[in-house]
Amino acid sequence: MSGSVASFIWYLGTALELAFVVCSIARKSFVRYLFLNVYFLLTVSSSLARQFTLSRFGLESVEYRYAYFYTDALLTLALYVALISLYAHVFGELRFGKYLRLIAVLLLLGTALFSYAVVAQSADRLSTDFAYELSQNLYFVGLVLTYILWGAVLKLRETRTRLVQFVLSLGLYFSAYAASYALLNLASGYSAVYIIGPVLGCFLPLSWTITMWRHSEETRLVPAQLVAVPR
Amino acid sequence: MMAALILVVSLITLMMFFVSYCRSLMASCADHTVSHEVRDVTGIAASARSTDFARVRQLLHLCPERPDDRSGLQAVELYYGILGLLENTVARLLPSVHFWTEQERAGCANFAVVLLDRRIAFSREILAQQDEF
Repeated sequence: MSGSVASFIWYLGTALELAFVVCSIARKSFVRYLFLNVYFLLTVSSSLARQFTLSRFGLESVEYRYAYFYTDALLTLALYVALISLYAHVFGELRFGKYLRLIAVLLLLGTALFSYAVVAQSADRLSTDFAYELSQNLYFVGLVLTYILWGAVLKLRETRTRLVQFVLSLGLYFSAYAASYALLNLASGYSAVYIIGPVLGCFLPLSWTITMWRHSEETRLVPAQLVAVPR
Repeated sequence: MMAALILVVSLITLMMFFVSYCRSLMASCADHTVSHEVRDVTGIAASARSTDFARVRQLLHLCPERPDDRSGLQAVELYYGILGLLENTVARLLPSVHFWTEQERAGCANFAVVLLDRRIAFSREILAQQDEF
C-alpha cells in the first residue's frame, strides 16, 4: 500500500472517529453511549501514539512494534467493553447487569489465559506475541458475542433504531474484519488485500456516526420487519 | 484450510448482518406516510412492487440529495442488486426463494419511495428558504 493512500485512510478514519464523538455530544448522548465514545477517543490517541513512535523510531524498530501491538490489544479490549455496554443497553430492563458484568470479566480472563497458553511456548517474543494473540482471540470472541447479541435483539423484539443499527454495524465490522484476516492468510501475495483492513477500520465510525446523527434515542422501528423470513 | 473455513463462515455472517442492516434501514422508514404528490408522480397507489425500484431510483437522481440518506440508499441499492442476482439464479429453481426475493425487492422499492418523498420535501424547504432571501 502506497504511503499517500495509507495516510489518506488514516486521516479519514481519525476524522470519522472524532465525528462520532462530536455527533454524540451534539445529540446529547455522550454519557448514554460512554463506552463507544471512549473506544473512539482511545482509537484517536492510539493512532497519534503510533504516528509519533513511527516518526521517531522508524517502522522496523522494537519501540514501534511494541507500540503497535499493545495499542492494538488495548483497542480490542476497549471494543470488547463497548460491546458489553451494548449488551447492558439491550438487557437493561431485565435487571441482570451484575451477572452480565461477571460473565464478561470471566470470558475476558478465559480469553487472556487461552492466549497466554498458546504463546507460552515461545519465550523470546512472549510479550508482543501475547498482545497479538489476545487481540486476535478477542476479535473472534467479539464476533460470537455480537452474533448472540443480535439473536437477543430479535428475541426481545428490540425497537430502538439506534441500538439495533449499532449492533448490526458492529456485526458487519467484525464479520468483514474476520474475512479480511482470512483473506490475508489465503492471498498474501496480492497487494490489494492489505488495503481491506484499514478501509474496514473507517466503516465502523462512519456507520455509527450516521446512525447517531440520523436517529434520536426515541426513534423506533417495527421489530418484525428485521427478520429476514416473514413471520 | 482453516483460513478458508474462517473466510466462508465470516462471509456468511457478513451477508446475514448485511441483510439485517438493510432491513433495519427499510424498517426505520416503514411508518412514514408518503404524500399524495409522490404517489401521483410515481404512479404507486398503495405499496410499491419490486419492479418499481429502478424507476423510483431514476426519479431520486433528479432531486437534490439529502446528505444523511446517501449511504442508506447505496446499501439498499447493493441489497437490491444481490436480490436481483438471486432472482435470476436460485429463485428460478425454488419458488419459495422467488416469493421471498419479490417481497424484499418490493421493500427496497418502498424505501426508495420514502426517500423520494423526503428529498422532494427537502427541495421545497430549500426553495422556501431562498424565497425568504
